[in-house]
Amino acid sequence: MENNNIKVLKGGEFLVRESTPDTIFIPEELNEEQGMIRDMAAEFVEKEVSPLLDEIDAQQEGLIPSLMEKAGELGLLSTSIPEEFGGFGQDFNTNAAMTIAIGPSFSFGVAFAAHTGIGTLPILYFGTDEQRKKYLPGLASGQLKAAYCLTEPGSGSDALAARTKAVLSEDGKYYILNGQKMFITNGGFADLYIVFAKIDGEKFTGFIVEGDSQGLTRGPEEKKMGIKGSSTTPIFLENVKVPVENLLGEIGKGHLIAFNILNIGRFKLCAMAVGGCKAAASVSVAYANERHQFGKAISSFGAIQYKLAEQAIRIFVSESATYWASDLINRKVEEMKASGSSYWDAIMTAAEEYAIECAMLKVMGSETLDYVVDENVQIHGGYGFIEEYPAARPYRDARINRIFEGTNEINRLLTVDMLLKRALKGRIDLMGPVKAVQNELMSIPDFNTEKDTGVLAAECKAIANAKKAVLMVAGAAVQKLMQNLEDEQEILMNIADMMMEVYGAEAALLRSLKILNLKGETIAQPYIDMTRVFVSDAMERLNLHGRHALAAFAEGDELKMMLMGLKRFTKTEIVNTKALRRSIAARLIEANKYAF
Amino acid sequence: MKILVCISKVPDTTSKITFKDGDTKFKTDNIQFIVNPYDEWYALVRALELKEAAGGSVSIIHVGPAENDPIIRKALAIGADNAFRINAEAKDAYYTAFQIAAHAREEAYDLILVGKETIDFNGSAIGGMLAQMLEMPFESMCSNLQIDDNKLTVEREIEGGKEISEINLPCVVSAKKDLAEQRIPNMRGIMAARTKPLQVLEAQDCEALTHIEKFERLPEKGACKYIDAEHPEELLNLLHNEAKVI
Repeated sequence: MENNNIKVLKGGEFLVRESTPDTIFIPEELNEEQGMIRDMAAEFVEKEVSPLLDEIDAQQEGLIPSLMEKAGELGLLSTSIPEEFGGFGQDFNTNAAMTIAIGPSFSFGVAFAAHTGIGTLPILYFGTDEQRKKYLPGLASGQLKAAYCLTEPGSGSDALAARTKAVLSEDGKYYILNGQKMFITNGGFADLYIVFAKIDGEKFTGFIVEGDSQGLTRGPEEKKMGIKGSSTTPIFLENVKVPVENLLGEIGKGHLIAFNILNIGRFKLCAMAVGGCKAAASVSVAYANERHQFGKAISSFGAIQYKLAEQAIRIFVSESATYWASDLINRKVEEMKASGSSYWDAIMTAAEEYAIECAMLKVMGSETLDYVVDENVQIHGGYGFIEEYPAARPYRDARINRIFEGTNEINRLLTVDMLLKRALKGRIDLMGPVKAVQNELMSIPDFNTEKDTGVLAAECKAIANAKKAVLMVAGAAVQKLMQNLEDEQEILMNIADMMMEVYGAEAALLRSLKILNLKGETIAQPYIDMTRVFVSDAMERLNLHGRHALAAFAEGDELKMMLMGLKRFTKTEIVNTKALRRSIAARLIEANKYAF
Repeated sequence: MKILVCISKVPDTTSKITFKDGDTKFKTDNIQFIVNPYDEWYALVRALELKEAAGGSVSIIHVGPAENDPIIRKALAIGADNAFRINAEAKDAYYTAFQIAAHAREEAYDLILVGKETIDFNGSAIGGMLAQMLEMPFESMCSNLQIDDNKLTVEREIEGGKEISEINLPCVVSAKKDLAEQRIPNMRGIMAARTKPLQVLEAQDCEALTHIEKFERLPEKGACKYIDAEHPEELLNLLHNEAKVI
């Protein structure tokens, strides 16, 4: 691993520390074997899943389970499972590449992600050795299919308010589970259910419940807006006897499983979404090239080129951010293992360390996907509304991504909440940089009007300033509102949005610079162009979020001063984004697909 | 049974094809290369099926520089046992067949499989040349291949039906669609590929017999003309006077 001597960025620390291109991982660096794994996953989707999308959406009996088994035969269900448990022990970067490739598989992808992520990982990370030996080989091969039961009719985002109960039997051999779980992905066919219940109505705990347990009933399939092929059912638990050896993790520590697994789940969701985006964007480009109006391909019109370019820019940003995080998680795991931690502890610590990044990625990935599939419909015009064309399915299937694995609102709140808690606990130094920004506000502004030279130099400076804008707004909000900040969700949303703009912009910047260093300017040019457009627009959005937040809690001279500061910190050189978008679109149009 | 499968490197089927140096060379910038589908999907997979049914070995041979190793490893990931790469640019079909034949003479293969053509230049020449150089029988464009008692039964689609013939081993067969079903390499295969032997052999002296003068694109399709169904005489007029085809 390169740059071991450089201190690895901590979770949330991107806001107060500058990173250099050589400290990040970019997909252009995937090695031959990683590339082969990615291509294998893509081939599987193309050859085995894509031809059956209609049958899958019609919930043809046994189809998704049989595809899961095929995926299992190829090894796709076990890339992250260590070799000693029948898996292939691949790292996070490889898994990110593989997951992105599986991304455009619609309902199958949902079943796949639920099985390999929130279904399998609780046993992998929190199971005993006996539990791992008993269940992991089956989960790896696809012979066992898994589901994750957290949500209940009365508790969704407020997961710990679950009402499902577990009571130890008189002979001490079983827990008796009673309750109802809701919206369970793979619910209709799973062989294993990871169920969360409160022992004696108090201690929130995880259990492995086998599908054929007496008293476990699968409810009817929900009629859904999208991902119609994926199985989503309620699960009823009526006096279900779960052997005590199937208790997962520690009694009363179910929240550790639920939330840590969700961190990884959110990361995976983003990777899946990025894959879906790339496929939908390719469909957009190909259609825009093929569809003629007024005697020309519609891809020759500026209004369409804007959409094609903007799709690519947002995908590029989300993908860059995904690999930045996957590599940070990788590095943390390696660092922990090198210092003697077990694999399980290392993974859990790393997932927790980068929980902020995972929450941001979940929001960025799902919202990028929504943008891309929406414009895909628009580019298709009337045909976008017709089922026969490849725009309607991605559109309706994308929508759920902003809801499951923690709604985007919850993830925005978590992003800021976790950042502030980390600062409070001294895990990252936020207050030092906040004070520095406050001092800078009081000082004479830098009137240096010289243009920044060098590739992306202006964007580097803009991002450094954007971080100050976030710190200024967040710092002032905390000081002003103290404990009441948690009730001011609109302000927290503004701060989260600002953080995501910065995270995405820096990821894009670093990737572009790394491509420039590795492959030269000709190849790097479209990446540089995309970064310039994104940063230019991001600074305007940052300014708007900042204004909304500041106006909500400050007034008078203080507000005036901070608004001036905000203006200063979000100032950018004017960029001809129209010309840059046209140039990006030209690359897409020539490649006839998403080309980055 | 000792089987040799010849594989070629070709541009991905979705590649946009352009030329350089006055249309004399194929422009490879931004092109993704793959194993020629006829070699991979049909020749290699049928070879693996024969090995799985009756034992033996499947070797890969490729003529090309070191930068082509990834496509060789893809073939190893799908299941071939070992590979040989002749370290030279594949100048033309004769040159390539000559290099493969030189290697095959040393190894005494029972069966040599090639794709019916490569999807870049569509030459279809290697199989026949190879058979001639090795003095082996050759069956082209086979869609079915069975082995029984050292005899090969192959099926070829011909105009209006099928031709079924028997030939003795060793022989050369070119593979067509339906000979086998494409296999996606699995994780185990991918991880094993890096440890499988890939032997680099130096090329034998041989002159290429052909060289490419120039590539030419088909003329762009002209605009479509619609003719009112009420006036078929207009169609006749256009075909006769404008298109000059009748």
